[in-house]
Amino acid sequence: MITSYERTNIRVSGENPLRGSGAAAVRESIAKYVFMLLASMSIFLVILICYFLFSNGIPAILKIGVKQFLTGTVWKPKNEIFGILPMIVGSVYVTIGSILVGVPIGILTAVYLSKFCSKRIYRIINPAVELLAGIPSVVYGFFGLVVIVPIIAVLTRPFGGKGKSILTASILLGIMILPTIISCAKAAIDAVPESYYEGSLALGATHERSIFHVMVPAARSGIFAGIVLGVGRAIGETMAVIMIAGNQPRMPKGIFQGTRTMTANIVLEMGYAVGLHREALIATGVVLFIFLLCINLIFSFIKHRSESKY
Amino acid sequence: MNQKTESILLRALTLLAAALTVGTLLFLIIYILIRGIPYLKPSLFAWEYNTDNVSLMPAMINTIVMTVLSLLIAIPMGVGSAIYLVEYAKRGSKFVELIRLTTETLSGIPSIIYGLFGYLLFVIQLHFGYSILGGALTISIMILPLIMRQTEESLKAVPDLFREGSLGLGAGKLRTIFSIVLPSAVPGILAGIILAIGRIVGETAALIYTAGTVAGIPNSIMSSGRTLAIHMYVLTNEGLYTNQSYATAVVLLLVVTMINALSSMLAKKLASKA
Amino acid sequence: MMDKFEIKDVNLHYGAFHALHDINLNIAPNEITAFIGPSGCGKSTLLKSLNRMNDLVEGCRVDGQILLDGQDIYQKDVDVNTLRKRVGMVFQKPNPFPMSIYDNVAYGPRTHGIRNKKELDEIVETSLRETAIWDELKDRLGKSALGLSGGQQQRLCIARALAVKPDVLLMDEPTSALDPISTSKIEDLTLQLKKDFTIVIVTHNMQQATRISDKTAFFLLGELVEADKTEKLFSMPKDKRTEDYITGRFG
Repeated sequence: MITSYERTNIRVSGENPLRGSGAAAVRESIAKYVFMLLASMSIFLVILICYFLFSNGIPAILKIGVKQFLTGTVWKPKNEIFGILPMIVGSVYVTIGSILVGVPIGILTAVYLSKFCSKRIYRIINPAVELLAGIPSVVYGFFGLVVIVPIIAVLTRPFGGKGKSILTASILLGIMILPTIISCAKAAIDAVPESYYEGSLALGATHERSIFHVMVPAARSGIFAGIVLGVGRAIGETMAVIMIAGNQPRMPKGIFQGTRTMTANIVLEMGYAVGLHREALIATGVVLFIFLLCINLIFSFIKHRSESKY
Repeated sequence: MNQKTESILLRALTLLAAALTVGTLLFLIIYILIRGIPYLKPSLFAWEYNTDNVSLMPAMINTIVMTVLSLLIAIPMGVGSAIYLVEYAKRGSKFVELIRLTTETLSGIPSIIYGLFGYLLFVIQLHFGYSILGGALTISIMILPLIMRQTEESLKAVPDLFREGSLGLGAGKLRTIFSIVLPSAVPGILAGIILAIGRIVGETAALIYTAGTVAGIPNSIMSSGRTLAIHMYVLTNEGLYTNQSYATAVVLLLVVTMINALSSMLAKKLASKA
Repeated sequence: MMDKFEIKDVNLHYGAFHALHDINLNIAPNEITAFIGPSGCGKSTLLKSLNRMNDLVEGCRVDGQILLDGQDIYQKDVDVNTLRKRVGMVFQKPNPFPMSIYDNVAYGPRTHGIRNKKELDEIVETSLRETAIWDELKDRLGKSALGLSGGQQQRLCIARALAVKPDVLLMDEPTSALDPISTSKIEDLTLQLKKDFTIVIVTHNMQQATRISDKTAFFLLGELVEADKTEKLFSMPKDKRTEDYITGRFG
C-alpha cells in the first residue's frame, strides 16, 4: 500500500501501484462476516427460545394428554390434574374486554389528535399518550388495585362481585393498550391522502362526516394493525393482571367474577412448582406462544386479503 | 339524523375520548403522587435494606446495574445487525427476510415467555441460579429488536451522498461506516437506547424468575437481586407496606417520566437537525 | 506521451440492460476532456467506470479494458481504494460531510494514513488554496461545512478530492446544481487545475464544454459517437448525429 504521499509515477517504479496491501481487504471481509454473524443472532435466538419452550412443554402436554390439558376445566396441581381451559378462557375474556374498552376510546382519541385538535392542545396530549405508554405494568397494577378494584367492588356488590374481576381487568388492560392503539391509529389516519378529504368536502359533506366516513375507513388497515398489536399486548400482560384479576383457577361464571389468565398461571406458581407441575406451566407458555402466533397469522392473512383486493 | 347533528355528535365523542385518555393519566399520576409523596422519607432511600424501612435504594442500584449490563450486551448485537442489514445485505435476499421475520417474532413475544426462557436457559441449564447476569442476558434479548429497528432507521436516514463521497475518496466500506455513517446516525440510535432503558426499568415478568427477588445489593452479578419494579411488586403483594408502595410508585413514575422527557428532547433535536 | 486513460472495447451491462456499447476512447493527461450527450446516453456511466464507483451498483458488469497509465483497473488484484485515491471524484450535488470544514478536507488524507497534525494542516491549506477558497474559509475551518453556500460547498468538495493528491479528477455535472456566478468560479478553477491534473467532466451544458474543455466526446444511447478536439467537434462534426445534437435538434 502506498504510504508515500507523492503523486505516483509508475513508469519509474515498475510495480503495479494499484495493487492493495491485502490487509485492508482482509479487514473488510472479516468485518462483513462479523456483522453478518451478529445479524443472524435473531434467527439463532428464535430457534433457541422455541427449542427450550417446546422441548420442555410439549412432552408435558403429551404426558397429561392433549385433550385433558387443553379442555380440562380443573387445575389442581396437588392432585396432578392440569386442565388449562379456565386460564385460556380467562385470557380470552380479559383480552376481548380490553379491546372493548380500549379500541373505541383509542380510535376516537386518535381521530381527535389527527384531525380535530389544535397544535397547542396536541403538544399537551401527545406527551401524555407517550407517558401512558411508558408507565410500568406494576404501577398500572398497583393503581388498579388501590383505585379500580375498590370502586368496582362497591358497584358490583349487588351482583355478588368482589372487585377483582374480569371487568376490572378489562378496564385496566383497556387503559394499558390505549397508547398502542392511539399511535397506530393516528399514524394510519395521518397517512391517508388529503385528496380523499377534499373530494368528500367538495361533495358537500361536513368536516366531521368526511373524516368518519372517508378518512377513517381508508385508514382501516393501519388501525387494524394497531388493534392486533394491542391484542398481543393484552394477552401477554402479566403483572398488572395478577394484581387485580383474582387469579382463581376455575371457569369464570360472569364478568364480575375473578379469573386467572395463562400468563398469571405461569407467574404465580413457577416459584415453587416441581416436576410435572413445572412442565405443565411451561406448557401453558407454549400454548400462549402458539395463541400469539395464530393471531399474527390470522392478521397477516386478513391484511393480505384486503391488500390483494386492490 | 341529519348531517349537522351527526357532526356535532362525532366531534363531541372524539373530545370525550381524548379527555378520558388524558384524564385517566392525570388521575393516575396525581393520585399516586398525593398518596406517595408524604412517604418519601430518607429511610426509604437507605443503603441497607431491612423490613422496617423497605428501602428501595438497593433495588435502584440493581436496576442501574441490570440496565447497563443489558445495554452492553444488546447494543453491539443490535447495532451490528442493523449495519449488516443496511450496509451489506442485498435487496430482497432470503436471509434478510428471515432476519426480519425472526426480529418481528422476537418483538412480539410477551415478557413472561422471555422470563420462562431465561429461567430454563440461565437459571436451570447453565446453573446460574437466580442472578443479575441471567436477568441482564434475558433482557438484552428482549430489547434487541428495539435497538435493531431504531438503528436501522437511523442508518437508512443517512443520505447515500455521504457514503458515495467517502467511497469516492478511496475510504473503503468499513471506514465509511465508522467515520461517516454511524456518527450521523448516533442521535437516532441514542433515542432507541433511551426507549430501551424505559422498557428495562419497567420490566418485571422477565426478571422474577431470572434475576430473582432478593432484597439488598448482591455481591456479584452471579447473585440474585431485585430491580425497582420487582421491589414494587413484592411490596404490593406482601400487602403490609401500602404507604411505602405508594412512595415507591412515585419514584418509579419519576424515573419513567425523566426517561420519556429525555427521549422527547432527543427527538426534537433530531427533527431540528433534519 | 502515454495517454492517462485508454478505454478499450468497453461494454457495460446493468443486469440485462446494455448501457455502454464498444467504447474506445483515449484520455490525454493534463487536459480537460468533456463528455456530452442527452440524458441517459451513458456519459455518467462511463465516468463512474473510471474510478469503479459503478461497482456499487448491483448487477453491474464491465467487459473490456480500462487502462490507467497502462494498467487495467478492472484486473483482479487491483485495490479499488488505491484506485480512488488516484482518481478522485466530484459529484453533481455537493456532498460535504456533516463535520467541520477542516475535517472534511482532512478526511481523505487521514484515511490514507496521514496522522501528523502539521502535515494535515499543510494539506488542508494547500487544497483550499488550490480551489481558491482558502481566504474565504481560513477563519472558520472549525465550523460545520453544512453552513456554506452551494457554490462554496462544491468548491470544498473539490478541495476535499484534491487533498488526497489524485492524478485525475472526475467531475459529474459539477455545476448543474449551482448558480451562474458559482458556476463560472468553478469553471475558472477547473481551467487552473488542468496544469497539475487530468480532468474528465460530464456536462449537460454544451457551452460549458466549449468554454473549458480541450477534447470533447459525444455519447448517444450508450455509444461513443464521436470524440475530437473541442473546436473541431463543435465547428466541423464528422457525424450527423453530433451535428443534430449540437445544433439543438434534440437533447
